[in-house]
Amino acid sequence: MSTETLLTRVGRLDDRSAPTRPLPLGRPRLPGWAAPVIGATSAVSATATGLLLGWSTAGITVLAVLLFAVALPLASRLAEGPRAARDRLVTVLVWSALGVALVPLVSLTVTVVHDGIGVVDAQFLTYSMRNVVGEGGGIYHAIMGTLLVTLAAALLSVPVGLLSAIYLVEYAGGSRAARVLSFLVDVMTGIPSIVAGLFAYAVLVLFFGEGVRMGLGGSLALSVLMVPIVVRSCEEMLRLVPHDLREASYALGVPQWRTVLKVVLPTALPGIITGVMLAVARVVGETAPLLIVAGSTDSLNLDLFSERMMTLPVFIYSSFTQPGVPAEYGVDRAWGAALVLIVIVVALNVLARLLGRLVSRRSGR
Amino acid sequence: MSLTTTRRPGDRVFSGLARGAGLLILVALAGVAAFLTVEALPAFTAPPEALAGAADLLAYVAPLAFGTLLAALLALLVATPLALGVALVVSHYAPRPVARVVGAAIDLLAAIPSVVYGLWGLAFLGVRLTPVYAWLSDHLGWLPLFAGPASSTGRTILTAALVLAVMVLPIITAITREIFAQTPVLHQEAALALGATRWEMIRLAVLPHARSGIVSAVMLGLGRALGETMAVAMVLSASGVVTLDLVGATNPSTIAANIALTFPDSTGLSVNALLASGLALFVITLAVNVAARLVVARSQRSTR
Repeated sequence: MSTETLLTRVGRLDDRSAPTRPLPLGRPRLPGWAAPVIGATSAVSATATGLLLGWSTAGITVLAVLLFAVALPLASRLAEGPRAARDRLVTVLVWSALGVALVPLVSLTVTVVHDGIGVVDAQFLTYSMRNVVGEGGGIYHAIMGTLLVTLAAALLSVPVGLLSAIYLVEYAGGSRAARVLSFLVDVMTGIPSIVAGLFAYAVLVLFFGEGVRMGLGGSLALSVLMVPIVVRSCEEMLRLVPHDLREASYALGVPQWRTVLKVVLPTALPGIITGVMLAVARVVGETAPLLIVAGSTDSLNLDLFSERMMTLPVFIYSSFTQPGVPAEYGVDRAWGAALVLIVIVVALNVLARLLGRLVSRRSGR
Repeated sequence: MSLTTTRRPGDRVFSGLARGAGLLILVALAGVAAFLTVEALPAFTAPPEALAGAADLLAYVAPLAFGTLLAALLALLVATPLALGVALVVSHYAPRPVARVVGAAIDLLAAIPSVVYGLWGLAFLGVRLTPVYAWLSDHLGWLPLFAGPASSTGRTILTAALVLAVMVLPIITAITREIFAQTPVLHQEAALALGATRWEMIRLAVLPHARSGIVSAVMLGLGRALGETMAVAMVLSASGVVTLDLVGATNPSTIAANIALTFPDSTGLSVNALLASGLALFVITLAVNVAARLVVARSQRSTR
């Protein structure tokens, strides 16, 4: 392209833009009060319609959100143009998604607390269901069963998980074997809990014959579910230990195994404890594998190696599905046990996270 | 990356222990497959009495597999858009303190035991959905999905799928919100500097960056929904039929729920049949999970 043609083009551009007014720097925007006003209008008109037609609160809320999701983008389209209108529509949709997602959480919490709180008292926590018909009885046997089964599962899975994590971080370090193991651990997190239960049953059948039920089987199943979680969290914590610490230890002539035991593990210990607690919280509510291999009973059983053993989740299930006569007491006990179980799970979660935060603040991460 | 030159006995023992633990995990995973296969083998020649009347094992497992897939896909259909919305709120819309609270609340949703979900779905959600199902079958009955007659208890496959959706939502949300938050800030600022609205910025910068992450998150959610047992077992009033009717009183069962419901009272060959169906479930979920993890691994390699 010659200089001449370029110049004429530039000149032509100049000619065209010369007489016009300056481009506007801003765009028209809806005023700040527009969204609240439209929201209030939608709410009021939805309430009026709902009351006239005799709808429930849920129906009115849905209608109000729908009205708002139509009216606000419409107003925005008239005032601000289609792009801003789409932006506003997406904003409304995204926040509504959050609202919808929180409904089950709130409703579930309210239901369980409301139906369960009246049942939980000292007797409920300290009596078993042995020879109880109708009113009375409690979940002592289920609490003890859950405690024992989960504890045994932790004893089985923590050493394996921790040592595997040490292997992955300290020994295998990016080798092919480590990548394969790491991948399979990820895959293992996806094993359905019921399959873990079947596996535990299939193993026990080889030793104890058909129809075997024992608490240990439940522990075995739970540890299959726990191991990958423990490996993942321990691995993460071990990787957070600064390399300087290891190298300082090597420089003093400390062998690798002592370095791991005396330097790396103590540094990572609080994080590991947090991870293990979260893993326990994850499996403590598992029902399906325990239903299959630990079974269900009304009496207290503290022996992991023989006979059926009741656990909290299985208690909830069986008490609700076979409440006995009259049914209301069994159903009430199911809600009470559900409340206790949720409290246990939430407490474990909160404790673990508090511990984690405390430690991370202390070490300044 | 051992820095020591001479390997001491302690080192040898300890590294052996660590390697052994890793091996044990591999053995356990192989063991799950092996034990299930061994115990499932007798079911392949089982007579119809042991298979709840089905002619052979395939005819026994097929309707269950259909129900499993139907419930899981419905759940994903509901959960995926919601989860992406929530993840966007946490990563891009909400102010930081709000985002933290929302994130914790969604994590709490993941911590609630499945049996409690089952209780809630049965005693609360299902009952409240009954009028909705009646309306659906009255007005949309010409669709095979809502053919009806509507269930009077609300214990339908749609209720089960909704409960499943609530359960997989936190999984999909947790993964996608991490990935959304990892979108390079420069890309986002570049989009905004070019005059993009917030949604256009998300569409141009965040979603393309997160595409494979979203796919794998949805697949992990699928794995969870396929294997979820108690919620379905409690909510669903199953009769083992194959039907697309979502609101009727007769519903297809799922593999996992069928095992949980019939295993405690089963003996002999029917136990083997249940183990065989469990093996099928294991293979399906394993395939889904492997695929999901491969997608993750590939995307991680490509972003590095």
